[in-house]
Amino acid sequence: MKACLRVCSAASCRSRGAATLQHTLSEAIASAGLEHRLRVKEVGCLGPCSDGPLLAMDASPEAQTQLYGSIPAADAAQLAASLTQAAARHTLAQWCPAGGQRIDLNHPFFQLQRRLVLEHCGQIDPNSIEEALAAGAYRQLERVLQTNNPAAVIEQVQRSGLRGRGGAGYPTGLKWAAVAQSPGTDKLVVCNADEGDPGAFMDRTVLEGDPHTVLEGMAIAAHAVGASRGFIYVRAEYPLAIARLHTAIAAAHGQGWLGMAIAGSRFNFDVELRVGAGAYVCGEETALMQSIEGKRGMPRPRPPYPAEQGVFGLPTLINNVETFANLPALLRLGLESYGRGTKVFSLTGHVRRSGVIEVPMGTSLRRIVETMGGGAAAGRTIKAVQTGGPSGGCVPANQLDTPVDYESLKALGTIMGSGGMVVMDDTTNMVDIARFFMAFCREESCGKCVPCRAGTVQLDNLLEKLLGGRAAPGDLEQLERLCHMVKDTSLCGLGQGAPKPVLSTLRHFRDDYLALVPAETSR
Amino acid sequence: MAEGYSELEPVLQRHGHRPDGLIEVLNRAQELYGHLTPPLLRHIARQLHLPFSRVQGTASFYHLFRFSPPARHRCWVCTGTACHVKGAASLLAALQRGPLNAWGIELGSVRCIGTCSGAPLVVVDQQVWNQQSCASVLAGLRELAP
Repeated sequence: MKACLRVCSAASCRSRGAATLQHTLSEAIASAGLEHRLRVKEVGCLGPCSDGPLLAMDASPEAQTQLYGSIPAADAAQLAASLTQAAARHTLAQWCPAGGQRIDLNHPFFQLQRRLVLEHCGQIDPNSIEEALAAGAYRQLERVLQTNNPAAVIEQVQRSGLRGRGGAGYPTGLKWAAVAQSPGTDKLVVCNADEGDPGAFMDRTVLEGDPHTVLEGMAIAAHAVGASRGFIYVRAEYPLAIARLHTAIAAAHGQGWLGMAIAGSRFNFDVELRVGAGAYVCGEETALMQSIEGKRGMPRPRPPYPAEQGVFGLPTLINNVETFANLPALLRLGLESYGRGTKVFSLTGHVRRSGVIEVPMGTSLRRIVETMGGGAAAGRTIKAVQTGGPSGGCVPANQLDTPVDYESLKALGTIMGSGGMVVMDDTTNMVDIARFFMAFCREESCGKCVPCRAGTVQLDNLLEKLLGGRAAPGDLEQLERLCHMVKDTSLCGLGQGAPKPVLSTLRHFRDDYLALVPAETSR
Repeated sequence: MAEGYSELEPVLQRHGHRPDGLIEVLNRAQELYGHLTPPLLRHIARQLHLPFSRVQGTASFYHLFRFSPPARHRCWVCTGTACHVKGAASLLAALQRGPLNAWGIELGSVRCIGTCSGAPLVVVDQQVWNQQSCASVLAGLRELAP
């Protein structure tokens, strides 16, 4: 078997010159006539983005994979020369890119992961359906179609306890059952790939690294609920993910894994890609459906739920990218081995090693942030970990032993959210963080309901006043009152969640607020 | 070119001139023509059998649609959470005081492009510049200025 050099070509490594690097290295190997010895291929995310650009060398089946980071992409020509030489001399196992750093794959960052969703990400060329198929893509779909027992699949999803990975955590199986029970023969499946939480890039990683797993998950879901059409709604800020999806959809059609009579069965399923245009609220399911219909992305009250009346008024199953990507693994492993499943996180902020990780559900925050991420920089300490984006909250350092699961995080006043995890060190002012998220929600409020449209403006003004040293007596009380009002009376998740960063920082970091309030009110 | 815009025909046809294709058509139109003008929006309205108000109202809802021509170069400061905790707000404020206007460079912000390990970062003409300071951005942009 020939050697293989995997070049991470996800967006983060690309921003560090990975595309040029990959091109230069593969050209050099080709022009030296050494393609029979070494294949240079682009792959999805290899994990530790802060060490990018990343290269992984599989010199031979016996040799251990070597991972290299901080590759000086500007020196691509020299690297290509040394790589060509190593390939010619059969010394690829010893090859080490000059200027780069070897990354220890025994580090907890890698060892504590459990990769179900990301199993093939970083292993296969995301533009090649042949590689995806060789790695097992569409095998579970094929099995489901052969067995042809949609009710059994829904039951398995229900019993697995899989909950929506987009943020709200609604039980996936229940949603599926509701769509399956909805009357009518024309139903839709929608994949929510409008990953808008700032600091979150799990879905980007999945789409860029292994788009076929998402398509397979969608097809399995469509068969289970009786749908024959699907949409993927992806944000415009992810051009690479969009390109990879286009390629994957076309290839799946070409090989008969999408389209008519899939795998010789009577099941038809088509997927259409819809690209957003920069509106955070479109991550909310009812707003997203409006946007697919070509309208302003304004949420609407539920009921009726999408399961009854979704896109174009048809029964619609809407799940997030990561939820769909869980299905092939869930069906392959079975309930027992699947266990509680996993969660993908994007780890960023004031942490030594940032990147994308997938850990068993219930892993403690401390394990993720300190053991895997290496904690804060030298001389600094962690003050908080922010989860759940603008609808989430900040977990204080003394609560880091909390396991990441839906209920534990909720009890702390935050949410699991979609998986963005931003570490904040002791230089961070939590009132400033609260203001940051409030300004975000103020800008992104669609303006449909008054509590969100006007409330976020008032809350933002109050926080700005506090930070500007112009706080008046009673401002904190008003802030708190207004937060509860906006939370309780807004129409959709954006408005209901908007006060959460404020409430959570008021709860855990009240001192940061009191320091900004005049002495007579702070008592 | 009141009845021009022939480059739009493929995307219009792909969506069967149906109203639900509006955002796809607007995205393509902006890609082709740089920004959305009233005549262009009227053309799209006619082609999709929609009132002009629906087209204008939808386009103005989404941040990425623009109604004025783009400058020669564009510099977006990422203001996502990871960039924020690493100083994006002061970077943006400092750049706002800089001579970007005079250089013909449009300054704006973007809410997270999802490559947070490079924070704080800016996106210049769709290229990502990682770990930037005001000085490094200005130095890079100066080379783009005519």
